[in-house]
Amino acid sequence: MRHHARIAVGPVQFRIGSDWAAPVAALRQLYAGYPPDDARPADATVRLFAARPWRRVLRPAVHIGGDFVVPDALPLPLSMGLLAAEMGMNLQVALGWRRHMLLHASAVARGGRALIMSGESGSGKSTLAALLGEGDWRLMGDEFTLIDPASGDALAFPRAVSLKNEAIGEMAARVDAARLGPLMAGTPKGDIRHLIPRADAIAAMHEPARPALLIFPRFGGVPAIEPMGEGEAFVRLTEASTNYVALGEAGFAALTRLVRETPAFGVSYPDSASGIALVEQLWAEAAR
Amino acid sequence: MADTRYRAAPAEALRIEALGELTAIFDRRSMQTHLVVAPMPELLAMMGDAPCSAEALAARLAEQFDLDGEGDAAAIVAERLAELAALGLVARA
Amino acid sequence: MSAMQTLVDLLAGRRDAASLAPRDWDGVIGVARAEAMLATLACRLEGASLPPTVAALFADLRAAAQVAQAQSLWEAEMARRALALPGIEFVLLKGTAYAAADLSCSAGRQIGDLDILVLAPDIRRAENALLNAGWEWVKSDPYDDAYYREHMHELPPLIHKARDRMIDVHHTILPRTHRITPDALALVSDAVTTDGGFATLCPADMAVHCAAHMLADGDLQGGLRNLWDFHCMTRDFAAADPGYWGKLDGRAAMHGLRGATHRAARLARDIYGATLPSGWNRHDPADRWYRRRLLARDDWGRATDFPLQQAFYIRSHWLRMPPPMLARHLWTKWRKR
Repeated sequence: MRHHARIAVGPVQFRIGSDWAAPVAALRQLYAGYPPDDARPADATVRLFAARPWRRVLRPAVHIGGDFVVPDALPLPLSMGLLAAEMGMNLQVALGWRRHMLLHASAVARGGRALIMSGESGSGKSTLAALLGEGDWRLMGDEFTLIDPASGDALAFPRAVSLKNEAIGEMAARVDAARLGPLMAGTPKGDIRHLIPRADAIAAMHEPARPALLIFPRFGGVPAIEPMGEGEAFVRLTEASTNYVALGEAGFAALTRLVRETPAFGVSYPDSASGIALVEQLWAEAAR
Repeated sequence: MADTRYRAAPAEALRIEALGELTAIFDRRSMQTHLVVAPMPELLAMMGDAPCSAEALAARLAEQFDLDGEGDAAAIVAERLAELAALGLVARA
Repeated sequence: MSAMQTLVDLLAGRRDAASLAPRDWDGVIGVARAEAMLATLACRLEGASLPPTVAALFADLRAAAQVAQAQSLWEAEMARRALALPGIEFVLLKGTAYAAADLSCSAGRQIGDLDILVLAPDIRRAENALLNAGWEWVKSDPYDDAYYREHMHELPPLIHKARDRMIDVHHTILPRTHRITPDALALVSDAVTTDGGFATLCPADMAVHCAAHMLADGDLQGGLRNLWDFHCMTRDFAAADPGYWGKLDGRAAMHGLRGATHRAARLARDIYGATLPSGWNRHDPADRWYRRRLLARDDWGRATDFPLQQAFYIRSHWLRMPPPMLARHLWTKWRKR
């Protein structure tokens, strides 16, 4: 394709091709600090393309293609090309990756031990991870956490954090502006702005961490901590995994081990500060 | 039908892990995970290798757990067996 | 060299995997994925000298293909249990049949829906038995439903409500409207039984069906994989039975599919390097359009040669329907866009 880039995030090497220069330039800027490995063949391909040649210039609409596609997905305007690239990359990992069990979860690590937070979008798992990642935690990822079936370890997938709506202001107040991508207002997912993880988190992206605490955050309501049984955690994580079924017995073994060895809690919180406080409290009291 | 005879999945086909109040059963033939509660795991364990009917199973259950063998125990067991058959964990013999 | 050419060269064994530059794999992996053949390639190149990350990716794919294949065979087992009650016999078709018979083409092969063949008089009872066992109609519009029932060679697709897997119940191997009408009774009565107790088409019919599915019933989408199936099975069947090609010729003629079967054999020779016996080893100038269509993909995995694709799309419908019906069908479909 006319414009392209190669990006390695965690264990996945992407190849992104585009009919337009802008999305690729924006990606390059966002991922400039990630160690490149240009000789390495790509595991996954993302294509950003115009459905018809003239739509490159006339009301350009970015279609998301690649190894795996969502049928009937609506294209995005060119101003949201970076979001299209992010969605394309997520899709390839969610549907194509088989080496690890993929959890739709954020994660941070401290001292080689991982705190994994799983929840629907809107649960605040991304924001909590981003905030913790600015403190004395290593950000492992805001969207996907990989579990190695052989060792049971958690592996990082520290793509650029996708900040949404209120989280944008919250983070912008704390970090160097150079670590923020362009603001994309009014996308189908609301306002979006990417945050480049700290350099030490990127440098450590291949270091595994031992799962020590599972949290299922829920934004809203009074602060509350609810211990969760192994069975419920298992069910929730099968729902949070995009490839559990495809992994067969390896996935079953990895997940039973994870929920047995890792204490799990549901956490409700009304704002980021209390969320962080509850998480730190659980880490101090209950983490394995 | 209480007189339908079923055969349980061979033991080597299943990997059974207790997870607190639930039991996770992985079926190596279908690659499916089934989450069940009592008395499903007990029922499966009790069936052994030979085909058996709901009536026979209800009688065995009554004996083992010292239950009253009267009433509609066989009908309840028949329902559970039909559910297990839908999951493929037992098959009509 | 294009990635598509490299892919077929690797599959055919004409090219050593070690001779690829690391970045050549980008395109090969991309097009193999687009053709649903990456796990097939991974199995074909097991043990070959590969860049470490490619070897790791291929190992993942082989493991995943095994899981997926077990799931597909389980669908066949559940269909067997459902159809055993009313005593309906059925024959497995396509990918599930290849896996059940443990054919070499099933290594890494992606299997979509479960396809089974039952005799036309049994089809209503088969439908009922499946509905009772948890399958249900895929919600579709009345036109499609009526179209299937009146003109196609299968029931409208059913999906299992708990397992979310589709089953296609065929009563012959080409649509009723198709100009060619294969002998469905012969297909079923000459079926053979696998070690696991499933019925599959006999070796000659299996290759005829494979060719029909690829050339007489489709617009050649996914054709490279179907051709790989055809190539592997005819090679293996012929190795086990010296009279195989002769039987295949006779069976293809009986079903009215001699043209398609011979073309499939020639394409397998041209693309995968199959060796053909004398009666089969011919040349047809029209084959080049098929070769072009089969290899029409760029190094990013995108389908190329749009006019040719459309030509094959129209052709596939042309084969299936008498012209006035085709016009009506395309009109109804286009209006809905």
